Amino acid sequence: MTKKILIVDDEPNIIISLEFLMKKEGFSVAVAGDGEEALAKVASFAPDLILLDVMMPKKSGFEVCEALRADPSNAGLLIVMLTAKGRDTEVAKGLAIGADAYVTKPFSTKELVARVKTMLGVG
Amino acid sequence: MLSGWFIALLATGYLGLLFAVARFGDARADAGKSIISANVYALSLAVYCTSWTFYGSVGRATSGGLSFLTIYIGPTLMLLCVGVIIKMIRISKAQRITSIADFIASRYGKSQLLAGMVTVIAVIGVVPYIALQLKAMAASVDVLLQHSGSSVEVWGLDSTFLIAVILALFSILFGTRHLDATERHEGMVAAVAFESVVKIIAFMAVGIFVTYGMFGGLGDLFQRAAASADMERLLHLDSGRAGTWTALIILSGLAIIFLPRQFQIIVVENVDESHLKRAVWLFPLYLLLINIFVLPLALGGLLHFGAQGANPDTFVLTLPLARGAEALALLAFIGGLSAATGMVIVETIALSTMVCNDLVMPWLLHSTWLQAEKRQDLSGLLIGIRRAAIALILLLGYIYFRLAGEAYALVGIGLISFTAVAQFAPAMFGGMYWKQGTRAGAVAGLLAGFVVWLYTLLLPSFAKSGWMPSGFVEHGLFGLGWLKAQALFGLGGLDEISHCLWWSMLANMGAYVAVSLNSRPDAVEASQAERFVDVFRFDARNAEARLWRGKASPDALVGLLERFLGAARARQQLAAYALSRQAAGWRNLPADADFVQFAEAELAGAIGSASARVMVASVAQEEDLGLEEVLDILDEATQVRAHSRQLEAKQRELEAATNELREANERLRELDRMKDDFISTVTHELRTPLTSIRALSEMLHEDPRLDLADRSRFLGIIVNEAERLTRLINQILDMAKMESGRAEWTTGAVDLGEVVRESMASLEHLFREKGVALAGNIPASGPVVQADRDRLTQVMINLLSNAVKFVPGGAGRVQVGLSSAAGLVRVEVHDNGPGLTAEECNVIFEKFRQGGNTMTDKPQGTGLGLPISRQIVEYFGGNLWVESEPGAGANFIFTVPLPVPEE
Amino acid sequence: MKRANPIRQRLAALSLLGVPLLTYPLLSLPSGTWGGIPATYLYLFGVWAGLIALAAWVAERRGI
Repeated sequence: MTKKILIVDDEPNIIISLEFLMKKEGFSVAVAGDGEEALAKVASFAPDLILLDVMMPKKSGFEVCEALRADPSNAGLLIVMLTAKGRDTEVAKGLAIGADAYVTKPFSTKELVARVKTMLGVG
Repeated sequence: MLSGWFIALLATGYLGLLFAVARFGDARADAGKSIISANVYALSLAVYCTSWTFYGSVGRATSGGLSFLTIYIGPTLMLLCVGVIIKMIRISKAQRITSIADFIASRYGKSQLLAGMVTVIAVIGVVPYIALQLKAMAASVDVLLQHSGSSVEVWGLDSTFLIAVILALFSILFGTRHLDATERHEGMVAAVAFESVVKIIAFMAVGIFVTYGMFGGLGDLFQRAAASADMERLLHLDSGRAGTWTALIILSGLAIIFLPRQFQIIVVENVDESHLKRAVWLFPLYLLLINIFVLPLALGGLLHFGAQGANPDTFVLTLPLARGAEALALLAFIGGLSAATGMVIVETIALSTMVCNDLVMPWLLHSTWLQAEKRQDLSGLLIGIRRAAIALILLLGYIYFRLAGEAYALVGIGLISFTAVAQFAPAMFGGMYWKQGTRAGAVAGLLAGFVVWLYTLLLPSFAKSGWMPSGFVEHGLFGLGWLKAQALFGLGGLDEISHCLWWSMLANMGAYVAVSLNSRPDAVEASQAERFVDVFRFDARNAEARLWRGKASPDALVGLLERFLGAARARQQLAAYALSRQAAGWRNLPADADFVQFAEAELAGAIGSASARVMVASVAQEEDLGLEEVLDILDEATQVRAHSRQLEAKQRELEAATNELREANERLRELDRMKDDFISTVTHELRTPLTSIRALSEMLHEDPRLDLADRSRFLGIIVNEAERLTRLINQILDMAKMESGRAEWTTGAVDLGEVVRESMASLEHLFREKGVALAGNIPASGPVVQADRDRLTQVMINLLSNAVKFVPGGAGRVQVGLSSAAGLVRVEVHDNGPGLTAEECNVIFEKFRQGGNTMTDKPQGTGLGLPISRQIVEYFGGNLWVESEPGAGANFIFTVPLPVPEE
Repeated sequence: MKRANPIRQRLAALSLLGVPLLTYPLLSLPSGTWGGIPATYLYLFGVWAGLIALAAWVAERRGI
């Protein structure tokens, strides 16, 4: 059974790279360009893990994360926050509202892949 | 037809009216609705104009011409020195002073001796003056009756005595209502003001009647007078009497504030200091008006009756009567009655307070009778004494009037009185403005002045009346020529009043100053001097408390108050005092210096400051503060005052500095926060392209077997993002330079049309690629502005590239416009894109805030283009803004000012 | 230091002005008659009235 990953970011080039990276590792991938689209995709695509950018128009990553955690049907969903703002308070905030991991941009592709795999219990 | 009975009835009726006015005034005062306004206060000062003014001025004018005017010019000038009067009022209120005797005594250490001396001088000087009023009333009745040919005696008593009795009754009723003499007698003041109105109306009516009814106006009167050598003399001033003229102005200027009745009205009865603003001109105006017709009346009388025809002192009555104007004569009679009664009432009230507090009380307090008696309530006794004093003073006046009759001693008494009270001047002025004046000095000055006055003025007037041998006047005492009473040391050629004034003032001031400088004040004097001289600055509560030290029992003090004020009044005052100290009742208060001070002040209001001090000292064990100590305390108080002022100033400076610091700190914090936000945002903006670059290059690096298509796509992205990163860094640096003012500007004449055209040309391919129409009607040359060409090009390109970014491909249209008006060049870049909301119109000019759908176009924008453009345009004095509505496209406009044409 | 009350100072200045105007030697200046009325008479009442008018103006404009 292929694990499903949803990639959410407002930067098209980041989406391109992440999508390519995750597909190469054998995951089934869907993408979303903003927070609202992300919530819709979670409902339709039912991902196992979501790579969620923080700074996005319409709905920030924090808001998406909170919305997802408020819905019990997403109980098993793993959330990895991606942020370009490296401040400690952001990390703390992301973890406090229920993110499972926090990755700072720019990230090492190897580390990110390794981390995602560990979290999903594959590889 | 004037019958004696009719006149008696009229006078009684008028006095009844006065009672009613006074009753009304008191009733209103009791109800808390005082009728004492600034006007009433100003009019009440006109108690100065006695029957001596009403009848006597005309008499004086028949012999002295215009010299009578000095008596009214002096007060006018004195009253203008309103600061002196306000100071007297302020001191009197602070010290609860009830009379001029109390004022002087209180200033010089609450001295019973001084209080007594001032009272004696006042009584001796003023009682004959009261007699003069009675005489004037008697004379006026006589004139009316002689004219009507009848006479009247009521119950075998002459009318003057009856009037004196009525006046005594009035004074007792309205002048001794309260024991506390510092309480005002508003009914009495109202009646006096009413009388002032009556007397001026009466006098001016007679003046107008005589001037315009009996003669052909002022001009006619003066011309007819000028025809007679005797009268011609009256029309001009005799410059040989210049000294007398000045002396009389000084004398009357002093009298207006030091006559006991004037002190009573101006100071004790003053309700509100601000009333002086009216009095300062209305009272002089009153004096002016009442004097306009004095000389015309004198001339009229002399012309009508001839030189020896009639007594000039009664012209005011006889002139109307001579023309059969009986009603007018009766009005004049009522006016004269007003003048006399007003004076007598106020004067007896003022004198009775002085006699009671400063003569009788000290004697009573020393007498064994009072000590043995230990009567519970003395307030009744006090009022009784005061009432008896009123009756006694009037009786004295009446007796003097009967004895003196037509004697010289009565006729000249007006100015003799003035000279007597003028003796108070050195002690008063010195007391208010000179801290070094001492009790010994005041006693010496008063005594010296009084003796000179007695010897050179009063006794000679007795001698002239034939009451005593006149040797000392004609040949000098013991036959010594230089002791001639009215030519001391051979000083001749002066009239008796000036002669007495100069000598008595010399003696008085000389003794006062010389003795003051050579004596030391005791502790009480020194502290009182401070309180008087520095009344506007004295910090009462603070210093008072330290100027008294000792032990007192509150019960003894309260007992004292109850004894002298009466139980009810004492309780009332105690309650008010406790309230002022925020205590539930006096029992909760310590018997400290403040309490003692309060008790003494209350007693002072009732029995005078000197007696009050004696009484308080009898129940409190006061520690004797030595003079040195008092001076130290006062000195310290002054220093503390100075220090605290400095301290306050320092504190204010400090507070201001603290506030500035706080604000600066606030601004710094704000800047810090902004910088933090900026850095965080910049970090984000830089990391975003880096993220793509790193991720993609890592993948390329690790997977050499990557598709060629993917490979070139990734490399394309990497190149783009690297470009974006470079652009971003450049713009951030640009922005930072501009914001810190370190940007380099190359300012010169720039053809803006050229800039626009070139910018459009350089981006043409971009528009063509996207299929967007770019149009603009730009003139071939100009307008020319002073600016940096490259910077303006940067702005233009930024606006054009924004426009092409946001318009739809294919259907997009961008229109560029250039126009100049009102000294500004205006460049517009209009697109048919999605438009902006009102909020976005502002937001897009903030750093890193981009409009529109960034999802698609983000790599091209840094979010710094518009903020930088705006900074550039503003640097050259222009503006950059956008006009847009969602769905209606956007119109970016910037302006640059045209250079001001040089003249 | 509190500054002295300007209104009171102005009134006192009026008083000081009045002294020379209403005493000798200035007083011997007016002579003869003006319109049948002795010049001295007019002068005295005129200066006096002037002082009163000025005092009223100064005092009533702003309280004391």
